[in-house]
Formats: sequence, C-alpha cells, structure tokens
Amino acid sequence: MSEPLAAPALGRKGRFRRRGTLAAGVFLLGAFVVLALGAPLIAPYDPIAQDATARLQGPSWLHPFGTDNFGRDIFSRVIWGTRIDLKIAVIGVIFPFLIGTTLGTVAGFFGGIVDAIFMRLVDVILAFPFLVLMLSIIAILGPGLASFYIAMALVGWVSYARLIRAQMLVLKNHDYAVAAVSLGFSRMRIMFRHLLPNAAAGSVVFAMSDAVLVLLNGAAISYLGLGVQPPVAEWGVMVAEGQAFVTTAWWITLFPGLAIVTLAFAFSMIGDGLADLFGVHE
Amino acid sequence: MHRYKFVLYRPLQFLPVLFGISVITFILVRLIPGDPARVLLGTRATPEAIARIRAQYGLDEPMLAQYFYFLRNLADGEMGRSILYKIDVLKLIATRIEPTLTLVLCSVVLSVLIAVPVAAIAARNQGRLADQVIRIVSTFGIGFPPFWLGLMLIILFSVELAILPVSGYGNTLSEKLAHLVLPSLTVSLSLSTVLARSLRAAMVEGLKSDVATAARARGMPESIVFWRHVLPNSLVPTVNLLAVNIGWLIGGTVVVETVFALPGMGQLLVRAIFSRDYMVVQGVAMVFACATVLINFLADIVTVALDPRVKL
Repeated sequence: MSEPLAAPALGRKGRFRRRGTLAAGVFLLGAFVVLALGAPLIAPYDPIAQDATARLQGPSWLHPFGTDNFGRDIFSRVIWGTRIDLKIAVIGVIFPFLIGTTLGTVAGFFGGIVDAIFMRLVDVILAFPFLVLMLSIIAILGPGLASFYIAMALVGWVSYARLIRAQMLVLKNHDYAVAAVSLGFSRMRIMFRHLLPNAAAGSVVFAMSDAVLVLLNGAAISYLGLGVQPPVAEWGVMVAEGQAFVTTAWWITLFPGLAIVTLAFAFSMIGDGLADLFGVHE
Repeated sequence: MHRYKFVLYRPLQFLPVLFGISVITFILVRLIPGDPARVLLGTRATPEAIARIRAQYGLDEPMLAQYFYFLRNLADGEMGRSILYKIDVLKLIATRIEPTLTLVLCSVVLSVLIAVPVAAIAARNQGRLADQVIRIVSTFGIGFPPFWLGLMLIILFSVELAILPVSGYGNTLSEKLAHLVLPSLTVSLSLSTVLARSLRAAMVEGLKSDVATAARARGMPESIVFWRHVLPNSLVPTVNLLAVNIGWLIGGTVVVETVFALPGMGQLLVRAIFSRDYMVVQGVAMVFACATVLINFLADIVTVALDPRVKL
C-alpha cells in the first residue's frame, strides 16, 4: 500500500504544485463549510417554500439557478443541501474509519487466530458489491439517513481495517516496537500509542478518497429514494426530483449535480495533497 | 500447464467465502423485525400460506436448524418466491441477468478503450501539459455521480442531439445495443478515470524499467518500445484493479439501470426493496456476491495468461 521510501524529492516548483493542490482542496472544502453553516444567511429563499407563481423558471437574476416544479429556488436548495451532503460525507467516513482502524490494529498486532477469523470476515464482506450490501441492509432497516450511516459503518470499515492491518504486520517487528515490548508497556499502549500513529497516514489519505465515495453513495441512495426524504433539500434528492423535467427544465438537475462534483473534487484534491505530503501512494 | 493448476484448487478456497455469503444473506432477512413468515408474505399472509412458509423454512425451530433448511432449499435451487412477481426468485433473476451482464461487459470494454489511450498520452508526456490536464480531469471524473452523469448524457445525446434513445431496453439486438450506449458510457466514464490513473502509474514505471531501456538499446523506436514492451506489462495490474473494482462496478449498474429504466438485476433489487420483496433482495444480493467471487477468479486466470512470471 505505502512505499518504504517517501515520494521522490521534488524541485521547488513541484513542491509548490503539490502543496497547492492541498491548499486549494482545503480552501474549497472551507467554502462549503461556510455555505453549510451560513445557509440561513446566504440563501436568498426558504429551501422548501413553494411559490405557485414561479414554477419551472430558467436561471435569472431573481433565481440564479432557476426554480423547480413547485417554484422552489434551486440556488437556495443547493446551499441548504450543503448541510446534509457535507454531513453525509463526514459521518459516513468517521464511523467506518474508527471501527476499521481499531479492528485492523488489533488483528494485525495479535495475528494468529484473531487475524485469521478477521481476514475471512473481510473476504466475505468484500465479496458483496458494496452498494448491493448497503442497499440490502437499508432494505432491512428501512429508508432514511440513519439506516445509511449504520449500513456504512457495517460495510465501510473493511477497507480501513485492511490498510491498517497490513501496516501493523510490518510495524510490530520494528525495533521501537520490540523496545516498547521489552520495556514492559501494556499491549494497549504499544498498539494505540506507538504503532497506530505510524500506521495511520495511509488511512487518513484513504479517508479523503473514501469521502468522495461516501458522498456519491449517500447521494445515490437518496436519489433512489432510500436515503434523505423529500422535501428536504439534498443534492441526490434534487437530481431525482428534476429527472421528470430533464427534457424541459435541465437546471433542476444540473446544479445539484455540479455541487456534488465540486465537493467531491475538494475531497479528492485534499487526498492527493495529503498523499504527496505523507509520501503515501494508494 | 502447471501454472494453471490453481484453476483446480482455487475454487476450494472460495468455499469459506461462499459459506460466509450464505450466512450473511441468511442473517439479513432474519434481522427484519416481526414474524419472518408474515414479513416474507407481505399483505398476502393468509394463515395457510404462513403455515406453508413456516414448514418450508423451519421457522419454529432453532436458528441453526433454520440455516440448514435455508441451505437445503438453496441446494434445490429454491430461494423462495417473489411476492410481487409471484414466480421463483431464481427464475425471476435469470430473466434479468442479460441486461446487467451486457451492461457490465460493454462498460468494461468501453472503459479500457478510453483509459488505455488516455493513460498512454499522460505517461508519454509525463509532467507536461497533457499529463496535467488529464490528471485534473481524472480527479474531477472520480467525483461524478453516475445517476447525474447519466441524466446529463440523456440531455445531450437524446434531447439535444436526438441520436440515442432516452431509456428502456428494446427487443432486437440493434435496439438493445442502442439502448446500452448511454448507460455504458455513464459507467465507463467513471470507471475509466480510476483505470487511467493506475495505468498511467504503471506505464511511467514501465518506461523507466530495464525492459524499456534494453529495447531502446537495441535501437527500437520509442513508439515500439511503448506499445510492444511497456503496455503489455502495465495491463497486468490493471486487470487486477478491474477485478477489485467489479463490486463497485456492479453497484454502479444498480444506479444506472434505475436512471435508464434498464430491466436488469439492479433495477430488480431497487424495486424489491420498495415493495418489501425480501426474498428477491436476498436472492439478488447472493447472486451478485457469487458473481463477484467468480469474476475475481477469472481475473486471476487472465493475470496468469498475461504474465508468464505470475504464479498463483
């Protein structure tokens, strides 16, 4: 997963470009956070207020992104959607990250039967197409964001666990780990204080590209009608609502989709930037 | 031929995974709150039907016994009946395989056709403008939601240019192919960004490898060095990447089939979830999982065929 050697030394120009990628990503993500927090102040209209006199209007000065079939302002809905979709990406990554990191650390550190059972479980979960298993779990739990988060936690931890476990297998034989053992430190302390910080870089980078996938999956599940429920302004829901009007009112679907692409791009840039910073290659 | 010996014993290694798949699909349906027989029958839960389902799945007996009933039914090719379509789940799935399989195949072929030239241009112009542009475009491409991209392609090709059908599947071969162009394009535009990135990395390595240097030393033109010596070697990791992404690809088809109203397994799964047709959900999940295992196995065979050095 990661190479023992750091990325090849870069000239000043190269280093600037890569730091630039990280900075641009953080800036873009920051802009979304501002939009999410300031939605009530920034959005010109109520995101769910219907206006029968302003149905299906194209983009104009009054409605920069146009209006939908209920006369709702798309621009305001996209801004309010930032709150939900940002939350989807963050919560959808945090739980799998924590669960996967913990399980992977334990499995890699102890090895033996613990590791063998663990790896079989990973194989089985990986055998299922990710979205299919998630949809099946959501089918059982019932539609909604809570089901989505639970399904993410149940399925998404696998990739993190595999990454950390592979690192642990190598790191636990390093001199400093052996030294920590001979100093009589507890296993918990060695695992989580000494080894994990050195193993985590790859997972942090992966978390950023995972955020893209979680965002796309969350939006896809809402698009399918199994996640966020209308009339809440969420980008996937908005695309689904615009689908019926795709031949006549393209703006209803175009703008929420562009929002997803832009937020995903921010996460990707941060991921790329961090990968270069840590010298990790996926 | 001994390099292909794994073809015989590798399926044995799949047994634990297949066992795990059966356990997970078994548990999934049992997790639904309420009487499973009543849940499985939905609104059609007459006392006689409930009694029949109870007997068939041994629902009054302990979990372990129920699991064996489940396996026994499975061995008989019996995965229950669909509430909505009122036919056996496996028969129902069989009628839905063709669109999904064709969509996956077309998408993979199209992705490779897009990714190989793009990666070649990027790798041979490493660090230059073309490489930078491709890098940025592919970073963008990864974040394209398939359901949205599909709709945008519909706007462009079906509404504005009016050269391709909006949705559906058709009956004749040519009709079907025409209906598959946009769905395949949707899936492959996302997939090819991932492929192109990994191919480019492999090609950049390959261009620096001893193989390439030796070929250049023999006086070969750079284009022959690339297409004959570097490209075949970089395809091996890409085949593995395709296999790793197959689960993701299948997930993508679920969404894309819904966008384009393609009557495949993905659309069946989504409809089954809405109509609480749990036997169908269980069946589709299981068939998809087994297909993923099978495809990984095929990828292993292709890898060995492509690279004589690989031993499995």
